[in-house]
Amino acid sequence: MSLLEVRDLHTSFFTDAGEVPAVNGVSFTLERGKVLGIVGESGSGKSVTAYSIMQILADTGKIVGGSIKLDGQELVGAGEKVMRTVRGNKISIIFQDPMTSLNPTYTVGHQLIEAIRLHTNRDQKQAYERAVEMLRLVNVNDPEKRMKQYPHEHSGGMRQRVMIAMALACEPDILIADEPTTALDVTIQAQILELMQSLQKELGMAIIMITHDLGVVAQLCDEIIVMYAGGICEQGTADEIFYNPRHEYTKGLMRSIPSVDNDGEKLQPITGTPIDLLNLPAGCPFAPRCDSAMKICIREKCASVRINDDHAAACWVNVKDGFNEAYDPDGTDNGEEV
Amino acid sequence: MAEQEKTPLVDIRHLKKYFNISTGMFSSKPLKAVDDVSFTIKKGETLGLVGESGCGKTTVGRTILQLYKPTGGEIIYDGKPVRTAKDLAAFRTKATMVFQDPYSSLNPRMTVADIIAEPLDVHNLCKTKEERRERVLQLMDYVGLNSEHASRYAHEFSGGQRQRIGIARSLAVNPEFIVCDEPVSALDVSIQAQVINMFDELQDKLGLTYLFIAHDLLVVRHISDRIAVMYLGKMVELAEARDIYDHPLHPYSKSLISSVPVPDPKVARANQRIVLKGDIPSPLNAPSGCPFRTRCQYATDACAQSMPEFKEVKPGHFVACHRTEEIN
Repeated sequence: MSLLEVRDLHTSFFTDAGEVPAVNGVSFTLERGKVLGIVGESGSGKSVTAYSIMQILADTGKIVGGSIKLDGQELVGAGEKVMRTVRGNKISIIFQDPMTSLNPTYTVGHQLIEAIRLHTNRDQKQAYERAVEMLRLVNVNDPEKRMKQYPHEHSGGMRQRVMIAMALACEPDILIADEPTTALDVTIQAQILELMQSLQKELGMAIIMITHDLGVVAQLCDEIIVMYAGGICEQGTADEIFYNPRHEYTKGLMRSIPSVDNDGEKLQPITGTPIDLLNLPAGCPFAPRCDSAMKICIREKCASVRINDDHAAACWVNVKDGFNEAYDPDGTDNGEEV
Repeated sequence: MAEQEKTPLVDIRHLKKYFNISTGMFSSKPLKAVDDVSFTIKKGETLGLVGESGCGKTTVGRTILQLYKPTGGEIIYDGKPVRTAKDLAAFRTKATMVFQDPYSSLNPRMTVADIIAEPLDVHNLCKTKEERRERVLQLMDYVGLNSEHASRYAHEFSGGQRQRIGIARSLAVNPEFIVCDEPVSALDVSIQAQVINMFDELQDKLGLTYLFIAHDLLVVRHISDRIAVMYLGKMVELAEARDIYDHPLHPYSKSLISSVPVPDPKVARANQRIVLKGDIPSPLNAPSGCPFRTRCQYATDACAQSMPEFKEVKPGHFVACHRTEEIN
């Protein structure tokens, strides 16, 4: 059994302007000890996918369809009581902005101990020891002193370490990292990514890494999901996505980032602007910006088709090229682990 | 490029900007945001300025345009120093700025046409309404905005389009030199490439000179002819873009460049990153001598004694490090 199975997830926000389908039929499987990257631009639904798994959506947001199974246990519709045992214990999340995710009026130690006592039956003293141990694990120097300090006395990188320590205190099976290094400088980003990598190996947890930075996923992830307009364009192993992209959007993204390969050449940007989720077209949501769009792309949305054991993409160009076997996310029998 | 051999368009000498930070009711302390920075930019060239947050790169840009009054040093533009108010008024019709945040740098109560035309109005560059209108439409065309956008308000546009409006405004006075302060960092990847290409095209078309400030090294490397690296208010290295990227000499530049996540899994896995220990020190309590010594793996006692001189170690390649020869 896979650790996490998400099937045909639909999440919408009900706003004054109408229903905004932020996540449109997302399916993926996460195995134990793997690092899954979810890449996409703002508004692509990558964070909402994560928040749906944790069920920490804003009041206007609701999971309207699909299934999320953790270790075989269905989470959609399971109720707040069950989710409270899942959050923090089995799945933890760290957010983008370490400046606002800590409470400025309590010491770091207070907040760590609070989280530990909430999720385990340790007493105050044991929780304190655990908190110090966790800070030491994330390479915070002099943790006893740091425990007594307030968040404003810590730098951005330090605060993100505290967040990681808090998230890992109950040894979750899955750590969701929502743009954990976007607010940090590159040298600090390198420290945090290296820390996450070594902790992942040491503790054997699975990580869902949400980011817009293709460099970060290339460095960290075993498998990658590329999202656009709430749906999955393409999913596969890191090598497949980077060296054999099969969706026009992924190809466009790869061409539009400056790299050593396109040195001195003009970048090839994706034309147009991201789509308005309130007016999703009938066909492929990327078709209006796609240079290879065909008639069928405007008319009908392409289902995900299997490219090979490690790769699936939802693009009509592949169907035209003869890939027509429907992608089956449960297809573990053929060795597929996407 | 032959024209690069000419005298520099922008010549910054020993630029200093200190902010007074109050440390008590009656005491204050200077924060040396920019401390003795010198560089030149040739006509038609793009100089990239990189560094981490708090290193003073934005302050350099703003102090050059005298949005902040320099504490010391001299700004020489096209051979003439900018000293008096009259110099400054003339300088500001030749040098403009594009800001980082396309959301807060546009007045929400003004139409796009009025935003773009504001510099024209301030400097009285258009005699008639008709002339003003034509100029606005021309500027909008330069940056790829449609003429029907002119009467709309900034909130009706996406981030990428807002940045285009900001660029059109900076082009209004027909400048020669533009300080671009993180102009693409707030944009999504697919939009970022559109804007980077536009900067390239405008440079070719209008013969512009850029100071391109950013923290994204891949973007800076793509757009710049030369790159300068700053750390804690000091410039630590300056060289041709490819030279500094492939053969950085300063230990900080080495670490900075190796920290950039490369969007290529095989390269990323093989990449030997030099991960720095610790955080950037507060500029209020900058270390003595070389500012980088507290995080530098090569630091010796000599590094604490004196600030290394910013000197040319090979043609066009400047470094401020006591141990350049030994560690390379």
